[in-house]
Amino acid sequence: MTFDQLLQNLANGISLGALYALIAIGYTMVYGILRLINFAHGDIVMIGAYAAFYGVAMFILPWWISFPLAILLTTGLGMIIERVAYRPLREYPRINLFTSAVAVSFLLENLANVIFGGRPKAFERPAFMNEMITIGNTQVVSYTPFIIITAVVLFGGLLYIVNRTKVGMAMRALSKDIEATGLMGINTDRIILFSFMLGSALAAAGGILWATKFPQINPWMGVMPGLKAFIAAVLGGIGNITGAVIGGFLLGLTEIMVVAFFPSLSGYRDAFAYTILILLLLFRPTGIMGEMQAEKV
Amino acid sequence: MKKRRNLILTLAALILFGGFLYYAQHTFNPYILRILNLCAVFTIFAVTFNLIFGYTGQFSLGHAGFAAVGAYVAALLTMSAAQKSANFFLKPIISPLANVEIPFLPALLLAGLFASVVGSLVAWPALRLRGDYLAIATLGFSEIIRILLVNLQPITNGALGLKGIPSYTNLYWSWGAALVCIFIIKSLINTSYGRAMSAIRDDEVAAEALGVSLFKHKMMAFAVSAFFVGVAGALMANLISTIDPKVFLFFLTYQIVGITVMGGMGSLTGSTIAAILYTVFLEALRPIESPFTIGPLNIPGIPGMRMVLFSILLLTVILFYRRGLMGTNEFSWDWLIGLFHRKDTALAAPTGGAEK
Repeated sequence: MTFDQLLQNLANGISLGALYALIAIGYTMVYGILRLINFAHGDIVMIGAYAAFYGVAMFILPWWISFPLAILLTTGLGMIIERVAYRPLREYPRINLFTSAVAVSFLLENLANVIFGGRPKAFERPAFMNEMITIGNTQVVSYTPFIIITAVVLFGGLLYIVNRTKVGMAMRALSKDIEATGLMGINTDRIILFSFMLGSALAAAGGILWATKFPQINPWMGVMPGLKAFIAAVLGGIGNITGAVIGGFLLGLTEIMVVAFFPSLSGYRDAFAYTILILLLLFRPTGIMGEMQAEKV
Repeated sequence: MKKRRNLILTLAALILFGGFLYYAQHTFNPYILRILNLCAVFTIFAVTFNLIFGYTGQFSLGHAGFAAVGAYVAALLTMSAAQKSANFFLKPIISPLANVEIPFLPALLLAGLFASVVGSLVAWPALRLRGDYLAIATLGFSEIIRILLVNLQPITNGALGLKGIPSYTNLYWSWGAALVCIFIIKSLINTSYGRAMSAIRDDEVAAEALGVSLFKHKMMAFAVSAFFVGVAGALMANLISTIDPKVFLFFLTYQIVGITVMGGMGSLTGSTIAAILYTVFLEALRPIESPFTIGPLNIPGIPGMRMVLFSILLLTVILFYRRGLMGTNEFSWDWLIGLFHRKDTALAAPTGGAEK
């Protein structure tokens, strides 16, 4: 492999990793607080992409209105899901919450299938994302830097909210102990809703960016990214936001690089993620950044 | 006295049920038969998931993978050499498999055995993990199995799948297997092994402190479950006669989890009822997807609508019947008779009574 090819693969891996990371944050925030594997999260990604698609294709909005509007709509959907399907089950065994998430996931996929149609739709990139950028001998299409820059800006915003604001402090408190946080006079319901909001917004952004990178959208497009992002969240140490970002980039880079160096393994591409996951779980079950938890009797 | 009465009632019910199967197999049309067979297959799926999760408390999401192993083993063992060579036109099948063709019963047992071995191999490392981590690891293993099926072309024919698997599955095989499965799991639960499994579910640390071998009992739950999941997979392959790796995506596992939760965690009766309801319900909704006319109204069919209704139903059950249809209750003759007598209605008296 030449150096230029390496750079190209690197850009590819980083942009894929950025997408995984964006989606993984939503998983990790929800898991950190509710201990819920929110399997509907991947379908939020899909809804985000469809909303942006219809904004541009049907309502003929410019992308800079359509994309934020799509994120807003999807965020609202995320909040409704939390309110209707998760909040009533919070006191019940976690399998109920998990099944509820699965049911919501089924519902979103099949509703999308009925409403939007099962046939894949071609997502049109805004013109400025289609330009070829040449640096030296390396060529990338301009959506790649756009994805990376947007993701970095969003991570910055998120880290600011979580680490520097009152709401963020409440979120961190919730992930330590929901009950005690409530006793401190914090409205836990609202903070949980807020975390879902943040997670869904990032997922929607991830979905739109995903559609610019892989411009074919269909009702099941969120399943694989969702699962991979979830694995990324576990790799980084589920419940830890920085960990999710690191895990996302790690997974994206690994997937691209292994195929780049060993093209004969490309059929097994999806298996890497699981293999890494299982190995990691066996040797360091709490992930890269996760904290070890002592077992209580 | 009671025990004997229950035994007689059970036998009578079994004979009645056998009679029904005989009647059904000879009079019903293939479409209905297929649905009834699928009911049995999903019953096995749900009951085995209940053994692993409802009774042993191990959140395993590996069912689709185990079913895939069973399905492929049975398919490859029962297909004729001619069928195989017709299927494997891209890459020829490896030599010893090409000419193997064995009867259905040994194929079923081998499918179960293979799935059981794979299940134990998966469980061996995975059982060091707990709760959600176990769920993720088993889901990962299940997906790895599927990806192997796609890539091991000389054995599995890859993404093309296998077509023309002989349709050996009939009501006797499917419901016979389901009844044996329920009987064995029910018996297992009532032995000391089963009690140890429940202890592990309720509190792993306490159970270990009392001398229960965690590894042995978890492994047993996995091996037994995976065996029957493999058999169910084999039944499914020889029923739908066309399989490819996509059939065994983790959606299948999700469906099984959904069915089991709808029926009630820790109730084999619930799993059975929910599996039958699920299969029948999905088929009953099929007309929605084709156009129909009510009076002057001509309503176009909405493809995909039944899955929407199913998801809404699943969500409703989870949100409003939080313990599932049966909770942890089991069907027993004492309960049924108590229902008629209206006195000492011991709902779910754990008498280990007859389990149909």
